[in-house]
Amino acid sequence: MKKIVPQIITLLLIILVFAFFTFNANVNMSNRGMEFGYGFLKRAASFDIQFSLIEYSRESTYGRAYLVGLLNTLLVAFSGIIFATFLGLIFGIARLSKNLLINKFAAFYVEFFRNLPLLLQLFFWYYAALRILPLPHETNGFYNFYMTIKSLYTPSLIWENLDVFLYLLGFSIILIFIINNYFKKIQENKGKQYPILLISLIILFIIPSFAFIFGISSIDIEYPVYKQLSKTSGTFIGGLAIPPEFIALFLALSLYTGTFIAENVRAGIEGISKGQKEAAASSGLTQKQILNLVVLPQALRIIIPPTTNQYLNLTKNSSLAAAIAYPDIVLVFAGTALMQTGRAIEIVSITMATYLSISLAISAFMNYYNKKVAITEK
Amino acid sequence: MFKYLKQLTSLVAMVAVLFTFTTESMAAKKSKTLKNTIKKGFVKCGVSQGLAGFSFADNAGNWTGVDVDVCRAVAAAVLGDANKVKFTPLSAKERFTALTAGQIDVLARNTTWTLTRDADLNLTFVGVNFYDGQGFMVRKDSGMKSTDDFKSGMSVCTNIGTTTELNLADFMAAKGLEYKLVGFEKADEARDTYGAGRCDAYTTDKSGLAAQRTVLPNPDDHIVLPETISKEPLGPVVRQGDAVWEDIVRWSLNVMIEAEEYGVTSANADSMKTSNNPSIKKITGAEPGMGEKLGLDNDWSLRIIKQVGNYGESYKRNIQDTGILPGTRGPNALWTKGGILYVPPLR
Repeated sequence: MKKIVPQIITLLLIILVFAFFTFNANVNMSNRGMEFGYGFLKRAASFDIQFSLIEYSRESTYGRAYLVGLLNTLLVAFSGIIFATFLGLIFGIARLSKNLLINKFAAFYVEFFRNLPLLLQLFFWYYAALRILPLPHETNGFYNFYMTIKSLYTPSLIWENLDVFLYLLGFSIILIFIINNYFKKIQENKGKQYPILLISLIILFIIPSFAFIFGISSIDIEYPVYKQLSKTSGTFIGGLAIPPEFIALFLALSLYTGTFIAENVRAGIEGISKGQKEAAASSGLTQKQILNLVVLPQALRIIIPPTTNQYLNLTKNSSLAAAIAYPDIVLVFAGTALMQTGRAIEIVSITMATYLSISLAISAFMNYYNKKVAITEK
Repeated sequence: MFKYLKQLTSLVAMVAVLFTFTTESMAAKKSKTLKNTIKKGFVKCGVSQGLAGFSFADNAGNWTGVDVDVCRAVAAAVLGDANKVKFTPLSAKERFTALTAGQIDVLARNTTWTLTRDADLNLTFVGVNFYDGQGFMVRKDSGMKSTDDFKSGMSVCTNIGTTTELNLADFMAAKGLEYKLVGFEKADEARDTYGAGRCDAYTTDKSGLAAQRTVLPNPDDHIVLPETISKEPLGPVVRQGDAVWEDIVRWSLNVMIEAEEYGVTSANADSMKTSNNPSIKKITGAEPGMGEKLGLDNDWSLRIIKQVGNYGESYKRNIQDTGILPGTRGPNALWTKGGILYVPPLR
């Protein structure tokens, strides 16, 4: 009884505070004649969005505009996470190198990009670095890749019968999993080793390529072609056009977050006591086996939780897109849609819920991954 | 009798309270905003973050512009001194929420009067102080002479969350052109991105184009295309529900235009008091009665004209003499002079 009473009181207090703010908002909104409701999401948006992964036009609804913004946020967040992890791993391990040049270069990268504010770096990339690129008609490109001030124009792939290829790809991945487990079991029981990686790669490459060999699927390349718009400007039609807004945000986020991940990696690897490596070496394990079986499982346990933090930071920092016209969820939904409809409370609540869900999903996945790869103490 | 004394006293008390409330409301015009403004001693005015000719602060923090003059007129009418205004620079995103939340009482921020804003946002537009239209700015050496020269695939810089963005989408859809919208929250960023060459065109209200062109590195390299693709009646906005405050702001603007129509200027306002023309007598306050209907004193309109000037003076000093739109006033001239400024009479 004694334990329950304070809990009940706290719960009542929380409910009271929440109810007060809701009631307050209700009264004030009805005083001003403002209504509350999410029905506006079905209305036509009437504005265009520069860059979208799905079909969108000015006749699409606000709900669809929200989806476009969400996908753009996820695109820059995930590609940023991948590149930041890549940079973090490389520079983190480089910091531990015995080569003085590599060591100092990695140290310079970390200190430089870590200590400048992210917004400043973003402004540098967008308003300074990418502004000096040439106009489309002034560049000859590099093997059909055109880096211009308007966009990075690249060739794109056109698929035919893509689904056949994807089914084969999925099938081969499942096959790899099954074979991996089978061989691991054999290795644990009998001690016999099989070249698992080699077999997996062969399966991964051979089976999906059956789709092409038998002529069911095909890939074609579409090249960007120059089109003149006026006497002094042009653009490229066809292929893929990656806007400088995305590139600037992607670079700024990756370079900035990569430094923190590099420090995490360094901390993780340095945190393994030398005795572990020496004992492993004296047990007859090769360098590669030491890294995979002894160092990494222990290091990852130290590296992954703070790196999860950095992934979440990167995702939230992607909201800086509002400063440079990249149409992410903040600019499109909590910016344009909010200004056009005036529904501040509804829109901000949806945006907050979205970021919360993305962050929770990322941290849930990373926790699962951590449990899987980290060594369990017996 | 004694039994009902308690009920009787409470009844009498209730009636007395009701009576004082009603007489109070009958005596003074009921307007919370007016009362608060007088109490605070300044008019809370929302303006832009810096648009030459409309609301622009110089290095010393002095605000000038035709929108600024609307707020100063309200201050002169209500508080007696046109300088008793507190200006709050607002972005396009905050402007309406700042007004509905009570952070400002008048929004004079080159805001377009549309049905959606009138009906959806619980605001009231109290007039038009600048008739504008949307246009495009392109580089002179591009060779484009009109919007017919636009081609699919071009990129256009503009502000998001404004009528500009919606008009642009409608216009391009009507022409069947595909384009890339590069949308910023701040006008400066949109203008600079266009200037750097990232965009082929920059679009906003033509008055904004004229003002921004003066700020670009080489103004002569840019031209404003002749087409006007939309109507943009820009005017001051107040909250819905305060009818007295609405009337005060509306008629402060109207009296400025009326004064120009009858030739009353800041210089001759005092001497015009002796005129025989009944309209001029009402404008200068020589004939009393107008101010009282608004809840203001008799000299409200005289103060506006003397301290801020009439509409023509405000327009000339902010828009023509500064070189933004030095030529004829176009639609922003009086209806008797070829424009469409026609306000209801002060009567």
